[in-house]
Amino acid sequence: MADIALQPRTARRPIREASRWDLIKANRNYLGFWFMLPAMVFLVLFLAYPLGLGIWISFTDARIGRPGAFVGLENYEWLWGDSIFWLSVFNTLLYTSVASVIKFAIGLYLALLLNENMPFKAMLRALVLIPFIVPTVLSALAFWWIFDSQFSIISWSLKQMGLITDNINFLGDVTWARICVIFANIWRGVPFVAITLLAGLQTVSPSLYEAATLDGATSWQRFRFITYPLLTPIIAVVMTFSVLFTFTDFQLIWAMTRGGPVNATHLMATLSYQRAIIGGVLGEGAAISNAMIPFLLAAIMVSWFGLQRRKWQQGENND
Amino acid sequence: MSSVQIRDVRKSFGNFEVLHGVSIPIEDGEFVVLVGPSGCGKSTLLRMLAGLENITSGTISIGDKVVNNVQPKERDIAMVFQNYALYPHMTVADNMGFSLKLRGAKPEEISNGVKRAAEILALTPLLERYPRQLSGGQRQRVAMGRAIVRDPQVFLFDEPLSNLDAKLRVAMRTEIKELHQRLRTTTVYVTHDQIEAMTMADKIVVMHDGIVEQMGTPLELYDTPANQFVAGFIGSPAMNFLKGKVKSNGSAGFEGPNGVKLPLMSAPANSEGKPAVYGVRPEHFTIADDGAEAEIVVVEPTGSETQVFAKLGGEQVVAVFRERHQFNPGDKIRLKPDPALVHLFDETTGKRLNA
Repeated sequence: MADIALQPRTARRPIREASRWDLIKANRNYLGFWFMLPAMVFLVLFLAYPLGLGIWISFTDARIGRPGAFVGLENYEWLWGDSIFWLSVFNTLLYTSVASVIKFAIGLYLALLLNENMPFKAMLRALVLIPFIVPTVLSALAFWWIFDSQFSIISWSLKQMGLITDNINFLGDVTWARICVIFANIWRGVPFVAITLLAGLQTVSPSLYEAATLDGATSWQRFRFITYPLLTPIIAVVMTFSVLFTFTDFQLIWAMTRGGPVNATHLMATLSYQRAIIGGVLGEGAAISNAMIPFLLAAIMVSWFGLQRRKWQQGENND
Repeated sequence: MSSVQIRDVRKSFGNFEVLHGVSIPIEDGEFVVLVGPSGCGKSTLLRMLAGLENITSGTISIGDKVVNNVQPKERDIAMVFQNYALYPHMTVADNMGFSLKLRGAKPEEISNGVKRAAEILALTPLLERYPRQLSGGQRQRVAMGRAIVRDPQVFLFDEPLSNLDAKLRVAMRTEIKELHQRLRTTTVYVTHDQIEAMTMADKIVVMHDGIVEQMGTPLELYDTPANQFVAGFIGSPAMNFLKGKVKSNGSAGFEGPNGVKLPLMSAPANSEGKPAVYGVRPEHFTIADDGAEAEIVVVEPTGSETQVFAKLGGEQVVAVFRERHQFNPGDKIRLKPDPALVHLFDETTGKRLNA
């Protein structure tokens, strides 16, 4: 059969020893270090350094244009007795908790809805993202007009319908102002929650739902026993981010109310900016910012432990 | 347990009909295997039986009841999925007891049911594990355990072994068959693997392009395939097909490609000179002096038998011998089909011609 005997292949080039440069090129640790360097420089320069500087400034009496001297915990002692600071803490907690809970509820609802088969699914998914892609300041300005004391379209519509006789003072009344900024934050934050949860829903294999259907589960039971438990890791991540973003919110408030009326919508971030940049008292502003750290750490810990439990459930390692 | 009747069932997705009127009677306690190449509609039919797809026309009944408009959970069926569909966040015990829990069974009732099924499948030491911690074969058994706990009228299997490696597949095949022999629950099993079908089924249903090609016991299908499709689908290595025409010269005979003479037991009536397809299974060749000359191309010994690929009248055929011949590529041999066991098919319709 085999009439043609193949010539044995010979090396085309003589084999040479690997040079030092070859070894460096092949060394994964060395290469890994170089790939990591840009990210490290970025993190140190724009995160670690400002954070350290912020903490240092909070222990000084620095003002704009004056470096300031070390004063220990004086700034924090001062804040401890400052009722406006405590009001801003209350506002921030209220703003974060109410907005996050509602964002989660609406986001989950939208995600479940968009996960169903329906006409124009792709278009609806794109539409949901709109509040997320509009620059925050622009949407805040739009809300500012919507809630304007004289030109509010809501007041105008209600008056046309004969439901009210006078304009509602949306951003001038303490309760209304809080409702308005929370509403704006929810409007802006829902797409992030909805799209992320939708991505999570799509990782759940449809055959699990079919199996559950055959096992006799109603649609509520399918959600309660299949969807929800499988979605918890993504819920933990998305809600951590949502809480962090909401807690540190600045743009929306600053563009809509600047913390007013009578500090009713001042968050810790806006108060810090007002004291440090507008008021020029850098040390005190930095102290207010730093006061956010324990809250943020607590939020991260909650989700971290949530994820830990999840890993164990899924049994990443065999016993 | 109950019988299942599938009567003239059709299924369309939009304007595209995938099942063109399928009727399958399934007796109480029978193990029926739906087999066919991918896209033949076998999985769709199974999902319609489960109630996961609606029925375009025709009826499906379980027991005496037409279930066309019965919710899946009311049909009293249990299904084993190809990917097992185990709930990843539940332990093996919770996975198996889920249906009982949904039914509102008492905790001890659930644990008894789970225990019983776990004993049947030797899953007891694994009950507290999560699906991630199980091997493929163990997951497969949990999926079956989930079905057994339900104690359903009908078991449905959707290609349950195709995610397992070859050795495990053979072991699980035996296990499923043994399980059926113990439980005697009516079972409908879908696979594309004809060996699974042959080894497990009481009755095989060969499907192709949305129709039933043939129904029968494994050996019926093997010995008297109704058409060329079934003949080629059942059996491994596949049946050899040689085109030619019936040409009786005194005794019945067949003229294959390039005038090769092949023996026939008897020519079908009015078939003289008509083009036809001559089918012969690889194991029905013998080496005989009056056989047709063939040139060996490749020899594949498997230990218990040897597969010989050879050119017969220019066409490649495969023959299987249990004897250990000394063959080399290029050798000339004389292959003779056993005339009592050859098949003759119509060239255009593929229908079987000889009895």
